[in-house]
Amino acid sequence: MREITYTEAVLEAFREEMRRDPTVFHLCGGLGALASLIPEFGEERVRVCPISEDAYVGASIGAAGSGFRPIVSPGMMTFAFTAMDQIVNQMAKIHYMFGGQAPFPIVFRASTGGGRSAAAQHSQSPHPMFMNLAGLKLVMPATPYDAKGLMKSAIRDNNPVVVFEDQILAASAKGPVPEEDYTVPIGVADVKREGRDVTVIAIAKMVPEALAAAEELASEGVAVEVVDPRTLVPMDKETLRASVRKTGRVVIVDEACLTCSAAAEIMALLTEDPATFRALRVPPKRVCAPDVPIPYSPIMERFCLPDKTRILAGIREVLV
Amino acid sequence: MTLAPQQLLTMYRLMATIRAFDNRAVEEFHAGNIPGVVHAYLGQEAIAVGVCTALRRDDKIVSTHRGHGHTIAKGADLKRMMAELFGRSNGYCHGKGGSMHIADFSVGMLGANGIVGAGMPIATGAALAAKLAKGDGVAVAFFGDGASNEGSFHSSLNLASIWKLPAIFVCENNHWAVAVPASYALSVAEVSARASAYNIPGVTVDGTDVLAVYEAAAQAVQRARAGEGPTLLECMTHRWRIHSEQRGNPTDPRPREAVEAAQQNDPIPVFGAKLQEQGVATAATLTQIDRDVREAIEAAVAFAKASPLPQPEDALQDVFAP
Repeated sequence: MREITYTEAVLEAFREEMRRDPTVFHLCGGLGALASLIPEFGEERVRVCPISEDAYVGASIGAAGSGFRPIVSPGMMTFAFTAMDQIVNQMAKIHYMFGGQAPFPIVFRASTGGGRSAAAQHSQSPHPMFMNLAGLKLVMPATPYDAKGLMKSAIRDNNPVVVFEDQILAASAKGPVPEEDYTVPIGVADVKREGRDVTVIAIAKMVPEALAAAEELASEGVAVEVVDPRTLVPMDKETLRASVRKTGRVVIVDEACLTCSAAAEIMALLTEDPATFRALRVPPKRVCAPDVPIPYSPIMERFCLPDKTRILAGIREVLV
Repeated sequence: MTLAPQQLLTMYRLMATIRAFDNRAVEEFHAGNIPGVVHAYLGQEAIAVGVCTALRRDDKIVSTHRGHGHTIAKGADLKRMMAELFGRSNGYCHGKGGSMHIADFSVGMLGANGIVGAGMPIATGAALAAKLAKGDGVAVAFFGDGASNEGSFHSSLNLASIWKLPAIFVCENNHWAVAVPASYALSVAEVSARASAYNIPGVTVDGTDVLAVYEAAAQAVQRARAGEGPTLLECMTHRWRIHSEQRGNPTDPRPREAVEAAQQNDPIPVFGAKLQEQGVATAATLTQIDRDVREAIEAAVAFAKASPLPQPEDALQDVFAP
């Protein structure tokens, strides 16, 4: 199979879905890679917005309520915190609050994650905040294949779907993507590597880090199973639990700050299930960022962000 | 843009209906039959009716926490509105929204909003949708003088202006943002002055004169349909009640005299007298309309009271669309 980049995979999803459905259009804070869509689809459907996140995120809601399928790209999620009223009070609640009268099909995509010495305001992993907002679906693809397949599902979904694209993956990940049409369903986890000894549940950029750790441990005779939830809302808890019931040991890796992280929610989903709880041979382990804003200087940032080394240490803790 | 006699009578009927609906909502609230909060539109009826008379059914509006008037003027059903206020399962939102969140997408009413200023970006998006659909639809955002100090007002007007969207921003300036007077909170004497910052027309009219509101709205609508872009229309008005009805009837912080003076200039009988002067209606016609309106409100309340309550677990429905 041919290999393409994460960003090219996302762009392919846009092209295919924009050809398939004339109501799909973009509202973006800056064109970036979306510029390549303009020759085919024009500036009407690839709309550059002023730096007015609240106005154009809100406009996506009004357009969705009027029969269109907007894709909103503010760039970094932290930029779009200025639009939090529109996201939290409007986008997440509007379908429910109005008694389900009309669908609001919106894709809200933004980049997240650290690792580029960009300091606290450009390095956050805020997905746990969004998991707590009932009314938004939330996906975090780790591979080009999942990025394209989940984006296509998100565009076809009749609800607001938040797609968080890790900025390092978007800049550098490459992988196999089929040429033919396919989708990855929202709400289905993926076992990225099978193993019998320990489960590592990893999100977004932590998936390749976990796979690298698994590869290293394989040479020591330890078979690590790596499971990627891919969707955080709704969470495929059955696939996660099944893996842990098989291995009896689990490490949950999340780049977000530890407190109320996605890892915290996953740990609750695992341990409150009686069969999974009974299958655990040791307490589950979280590998997350500490509860600090992400610092600038590389030596401090590396200390904070989970990586292969910290995942290996976590796995060794649960292997005792 | 001359209105036919039948249209003028419909305007009178709608104003009387809004008045009766909100008088009754206030009464039922204090009788303990309506939970939560009610923001009465009493005194501002001429604005919703004047603006919505200039709209078609397929045009869109986005409303505020004080939204009953806009919802009625756009053609929503009184029974389902009242049932929503009563928290019943056959209300517009199945009891999930209440007074502040009534929507009726079938008549282009895209929802009332409990966050000050939040409706303007949404209406801007509805106007963008009308433009993308290549029709001649328009979208109206209703908001107050207080909301004109929110960032969303400025970012929405700018966006609508640069894209020449068919949007009409209707500021209902009732001089009080909850308990903060506009004379203190606004950097300008009239909100319409802010239109110049966004290179769009800004108009201020007497918001107690339904025909003046209609004339200005009709011009803004014509301009929007012609692809000439948005208008900021400010309607000067007065709210007769406290910001929101509350248990225990707290004191309205506004000077009593100003509120009483406003009530001396009631927009409904003023319009009724004008209709009689012009020979459009007799006193008997208006009395009959008032009687019909009272019956419609009685029927709405009876419907609400007879309506079933939701099941508690209905709370789990409609988080996501199928």
